[in-house]
Amino acid sequence: MTDKDYEDIPGTFVFDADRSREGYYLNQFCISLRLQKNRDVFNAGEEAYLDKYPMTPEQRSAVLARDWNLLLELGGNIYYTSKLAANDGINFQNLAGLMTGMGVDKYREMMLNGGRSIEGNRYKSEWENK
Amino acid sequence: MARITAGVGCSHVPAIGVAMDTGITEQPYWQPVFKGFEFSRKWIAEKKPDVIFLVYNDHCTAFDASCIPTFALGAAAEFHPADEGWGPRPVPVVKNHQKLASHIAQSLVLDEFDMTIMNEMEVDHGLTVPLSVMFGEVSPDDEWPCLVIPLAVNVVQYPAPTGNRCYQLGKAVRRAIESFPEDLNVMIFGTGGMSHQLQYKRAGLINPEFDKMFLDKLTQDPVGLSQMPHVDYLREAGSEGVEMVMWHVMRGALDDEVTEVHRHYHVPASNTAVGHIILENKNI
Repeated sequence: MTDKDYEDIPGTFVFDADRSREGYYLNQFCISLRLQKNRDVFNAGEEAYLDKYPMTPEQRSAVLARDWNLLLELGGNIYYTSKLAANDGINFQNLAGLMTGMGVDKYREMMLNGGRSIEGNRYKSEWENK
Repeated sequence: MARITAGVGCSHVPAIGVAMDTGITEQPYWQPVFKGFEFSRKWIAEKKPDVIFLVYNDHCTAFDASCIPTFALGAAAEFHPADEGWGPRPVPVVKNHQKLASHIAQSLVLDEFDMTIMNEMEVDHGLTVPLSVMFGEVSPDDEWPCLVIPLAVNVVQYPAPTGNRCYQLGKAVRRAIESFPEDLNVMIFGTGGMSHQLQYKRAGLINPEFDKMFLDKLTQDPVGLSQMPHVDYLREAGSEGVEMVMWHVMRGALDDEVTEVHRHYHVPASNTAVGHIILENKNI
């Protein structure tokens, strides 16, 4: 698969079959935290819990570091990584504040003012010229 | 004979459910979101559907990455609200019209839509938030005012089914419902959207012009709208905006000509543009 017409959207990962394959164990780890009994075990010892999921060393260290953008770059999907965030008490909006680098308050302010405009945010080329 | 009388499109933002569950809907942030559903609650109380065929997407709750059905039809007797990581929503168990669901499942497969059939399934905010905004607060000890047949559509892993496939599925759902002998008032919901992106550096994208175009064409040019390629949703409405393909199932199940009786649009609810529309068939 070389011709992906959605690869030129800036600041966006489209979670396709290639990403799903790369992120499989990372995402399965994240979704396990949906349940309280698993959150309890994870929170009692993260390293031991992560041993059950054969993810790559990069993915594992991104989990431990809570590097939210790197998790997506390594095949994570937001609906999965948001479960790790929820475990840490971070909701979707605050997670977006972190991923955009804007911080929680500035991001919330942007949303109250109508969100991020589509103008200048359609193509990667528009971001390169910024 | 069962008949489809109306279609409802609406967003299913989880934070809307949280706002209702924690009793903060009158706060200035939320008040305009809920104001747009005041008409809808009166409308649905008057119209009294017996069954809602509810098209939504599961957010890695019933289906994790190990199993990704494109279309999964709920055939269980009931569906419990799931724990999505912050405890189950305090809303009633969702009850199915199991005989109609089985009939639809059988009819769809023979109509060449190869459904996954769910005889056990938990449901997440994608299904319960639309019920909450339309029916208001309902205690977990009470019952929803009508039965619900869930249809979960994969929109998490690309590609979601095309708009055209969803539109055609809507037509097949209508054929199935209209061949069921019981006299039932059935409504169909298409949920999700509108423009929003939850992830990475472009998170927070909102495109009101796109959303308005979508709502306009949904009534006036549904076939043309159903032909829109995925990349247009992803680019123009954000990576999670592709959820809007589910509205085509709803539209496909209605008459070619419909009456738009209500529309509501508000930014923001959390990261998302809230959109809502009510369409009635003309010959009901």
